[in-house]
Amino acid sequence: MEKRVKFKGIWLPILLVLPQILITAIFFFYPAGQAIWQSLFIPDPFGLSMQWVGLGNFEFLLSDRYYRASFVTTAVFSILVTVVSMGVALYLAVLADRLVRGSGTYRTLLIWPYAVAPAVAGVLWLFMFNTRVGVVTWYLGLLGYDWNHVLNEGEAMGLVVIASAWGRISYNFLFFLAGLQAIPRSVIEAAAIDGAHFWTRFRTIVFPLLSPTTFFLLVVNIIYSFFETFGVIHTITSGGPQQATTILVYKVYADGFVGQDLGSSAAQSVILLAIVSILTVIQFKYIERRVHY
Amino acid sequence: MAERNGMVERRGAGLWLTHLGLIVGIAFIFFPIWLAFVASTVEQQDIVRPPMPLLPGDQFLSNYARALSSGVNAPVSTMLLNSLIMAVGIALGKIAISLLSAFAIVYFRFPGRRLFFWLIFLTLMLPVEVRIVPTYEVIANFGMLNSYQGLILPLIASATATFLFRQFFMTVPDELAEAARVDGAKPMRFFLDILLPMSRTNVAALFVILFIYGWNQYLWPLLITTDPEMNTIVMGIKQMFPSGDDIADWPVIMATSLLAMVPPVLVVVGMQRLFIRGLVESEK
Amino acid sequence: MKRTICILAASATLGTAQAAMAQTEIEFWHAFTGRLGELVAEQVDTFNASQSDYKVVASHKGNYSETLNAGIAAFRAGEQPDILMVFEVGTATMMAAKGAVMPVHEVMAAAGADFDQSKYIGSVKGYYTSPDGNMLSLPFNSSTPVLWVNRDKLSEAGIDPDTDLSTWEKVGAVLDDLKAAGVDCPLTTAWQSWVHLENFSAYHNTPFATKENGFAGTDTELAFNGPAQVTHIGAMGDWARDGKFIYAGRRNEGGANFRAGECAFFTESSAGYAGIKSEAEFDFEVRPLPYWEALVSEPQNTIIGGASLWVMEGQSAEEYKGVAAYLNFLSSPEIQAKWHQDTGYLPITAEAGELTKSQGFYEANPGTDVAVMQMTAREPTGNSKGLRLGSFDQIRGIIDEELEAVWSGDKNAQAALDSAVERGNVLLRRFEQAAR
Repeated sequence: MEKRVKFKGIWLPILLVLPQILITAIFFFYPAGQAIWQSLFIPDPFGLSMQWVGLGNFEFLLSDRYYRASFVTTAVFSILVTVVSMGVALYLAVLADRLVRGSGTYRTLLIWPYAVAPAVAGVLWLFMFNTRVGVVTWYLGLLGYDWNHVLNEGEAMGLVVIASAWGRISYNFLFFLAGLQAIPRSVIEAAAIDGAHFWTRFRTIVFPLLSPTTFFLLVVNIIYSFFETFGVIHTITSGGPQQATTILVYKVYADGFVGQDLGSSAAQSVILLAIVSILTVIQFKYIERRVHY
Repeated sequence: MAERNGMVERRGAGLWLTHLGLIVGIAFIFFPIWLAFVASTVEQQDIVRPPMPLLPGDQFLSNYARALSSGVNAPVSTMLLNSLIMAVGIALGKIAISLLSAFAIVYFRFPGRRLFFWLIFLTLMLPVEVRIVPTYEVIANFGMLNSYQGLILPLIASATATFLFRQFFMTVPDELAEAARVDGAKPMRFFLDILLPMSRTNVAALFVILFIYGWNQYLWPLLITTDPEMNTIVMGIKQMFPSGDDIADWPVIMATSLLAMVPPVLVVVGMQRLFIRGLVESEK
Repeated sequence: MKRTICILAASATLGTAQAAMAQTEIEFWHAFTGRLGELVAEQVDTFNASQSDYKVVASHKGNYSETLNAGIAAFRAGEQPDILMVFEVGTATMMAAKGAVMPVHEVMAAAGADFDQSKYIGSVKGYYTSPDGNMLSLPFNSSTPVLWVNRDKLSEAGIDPDTDLSTWEKVGAVLDDLKAAGVDCPLTTAWQSWVHLENFSAYHNTPFATKENGFAGTDTELAFNGPAQVTHIGAMGDWARDGKFIYAGRRNEGGANFRAGECAFFTESSAGYAGIKSEAEFDFEVRPLPYWEALVSEPQNTIIGGASLWVMEGQSAEEYKGVAAYLNFLSSPEIQAKWHQDTGYLPITAEAGELTKSQGFYEANPGTDVAVMQMTAREPTGNSKGLRLGSFDQIRGIIDEELEAVWSGDKNAQAALDSAVERGNVLLRRFEQAAR
């Protein structure tokens, strides 16, 4: 998508992008380049010596079935977090949008969790589902359900998904509600007068008009679930049980900062960089085209 | 704006169902925070013997007093101030550079534009965690450990704000720029007189988003602030968890968690109207 | 970094404000919060108030892993602290980092400080000592696993609380009775790898890894899939299946269950004392860690866990003098005895142990000496000096995963331990390569 109208000039735009380019170069590309360079070595953690291994780190990783499994885990986790947080948010936003009065109050109450840091959100949910002192665990026990995310892989995944999606519901809700309220009422009224039911109106008019919001949220939520959920997983499961909740970013951290294996960690960063670059291109090339602006 | 639906929707049972749906949603969303609040008002013994009460206890003052006075390295007030400076710095810094670069990318055709575009957008996806060791070395070489610059600059190197401004600028009617060009206005005039005022609410929305982003950082401040005077509040909370054989002091941890929530909640709730309007306008 | 004005330290040195200008600051990064954090701060304050040449500035850098990372990252940037607390599993990493750390015995010699290595307890310092017998780091907090018993729980189940629990065979029989009496949590544990594999191996004088558990070289290989370990993990797995052993988590999550009075037995560090004492509303007791009579007639010694203090390279001679003074201060009998009594960690010197005894602490707090006796009962063998394995924090993670597979019934003990050994060896080879 391109603007038809463009200003002339070469130096001015370059000057304008310069601050961002400089900061990106110094604090992003240089360190990322370092990571690529380090991925060809097995360095000593203190930076005292380095052993050249060529692509050895990549061979080591790809021959590790736990690393390969972590791709699947990441995909499952990201899809679940995105679907849960966007689904619940859309549902609540549609309800709030139906209200004449009071939607502001609901909104004010709903945006709180957005202000909670993922690391802290992890603490709150762990506190509720703690196998020992957790309130929810205790009441589930009364109902005869033995909650144990420490050993049960499905429950562990469920818990980190809910804890990660929780704060995002608020964020997505705000965007969806804003998007819904921006839809011109004449469009909806016209459809209502034509006798279209709520669900038909939603499916044929509202949802398509929401697509820019949905696209934006899709991108942002996938990024979020890839990276910023680190704090949640770190506090709740540390990637366990076994490796059921070890997503790619957690493994970068665990191998690099717990295992002090900087070579493997750097190689994983490079693989992530590649995956993410491909995702970015796909999103911009294919999805954006179908979105109504 | 809310008035419009009144004409479409009927009152009565449907309305009550709507309220009910929302209340259930809010109960779900709010429960963890409520529980944290309850936990911050009771004694440790009430928590470690489940089930803990679901209504607040009478230890509010003593727990919060303990939380305020017993930061791990630095007082909670110092950590709150550091978080505030970091969050505001990240928000303002990122908005400034992103406005400029989004303007250049959308409104100009210049050599390397696509390259810059992709270079910037690549950073959309990769957070500081992935390149943290080399980034740490860069900061150390610049002598920026234990400084606000060190806390702020690497976190500005990401394109989320540029992305949002680009989306917004794309929706600004071409006629405005066309008119400006026909009038012979300089690009920067157009930017300052037309685009910037139009972006006001977007800036507000982004400020909120970035403030939260900055406030919630954990791993980065932990690595680069070796001086207790520079610690931030989120790392402070995580550090209250015992690392070895000690026990978690839940009431104080929860009290501090809630204290740490207050500034970002104030920002989000206080700037709510501008924030929402910004989102609405960017989707027009 | 040197301009640090630490509120804590400042308040302690209020009386020496004039001298403060000339003070040399000693940076000390540690991993303690809560009560332990306060006790560390108290030690620092006492030291700062006791002299005016040096000022120790302590900062908490997160948990053990995070503290080590912060130290490594800082070294790479030339901003390392003078003293870094490193947990025991990071020992091999630190030892391999020649050029980044200065061995404690060299620090002492360079500073011309009094340093008699023989006064430190052998089984404590052994973990941190080079093959030629020189101390590389100063043990700071050391503990060893013991069996915690909820006596009330036993009485309620109709079992004599004084029953013999010295062997796992006997404990197993009591677990049956507890289960039969309807106890929901007969046994739980903290730090499963440390207690049930690392210490288990030392206690049964069986290698955990070849080459004297890594003390004799980085070309060591894991060996904890032998028959002894398989017997124990297999029994634990059976108990888990029958609901006699309740697994609560990889770290000390099980402690919450025990302290709340839910569990009868709890295998955990002797340093759990402070927490259990403050929260438990029942009659509890410390017993020595059980052993399998079928495997050994008498147990060897257990090994330590905890952390030691490493001195980083690249500081001024003046700072090293201050470091030497601080480490000597920490080793003094009074400070050590107080630390030992406040925390349940082991004393690092024999003098501190004797001082504690003469103060009547063990009589007043029965069971607090169990850990000391268990550690020092026999002269350590090649299997029970400790572990010196690279990437060991990560290997523990692998062991945790494989043990979880046993507890959940996904794998049998032999398969899980074989798999852990195989996966861990890959990491050892990578570490060997990095440390070359």
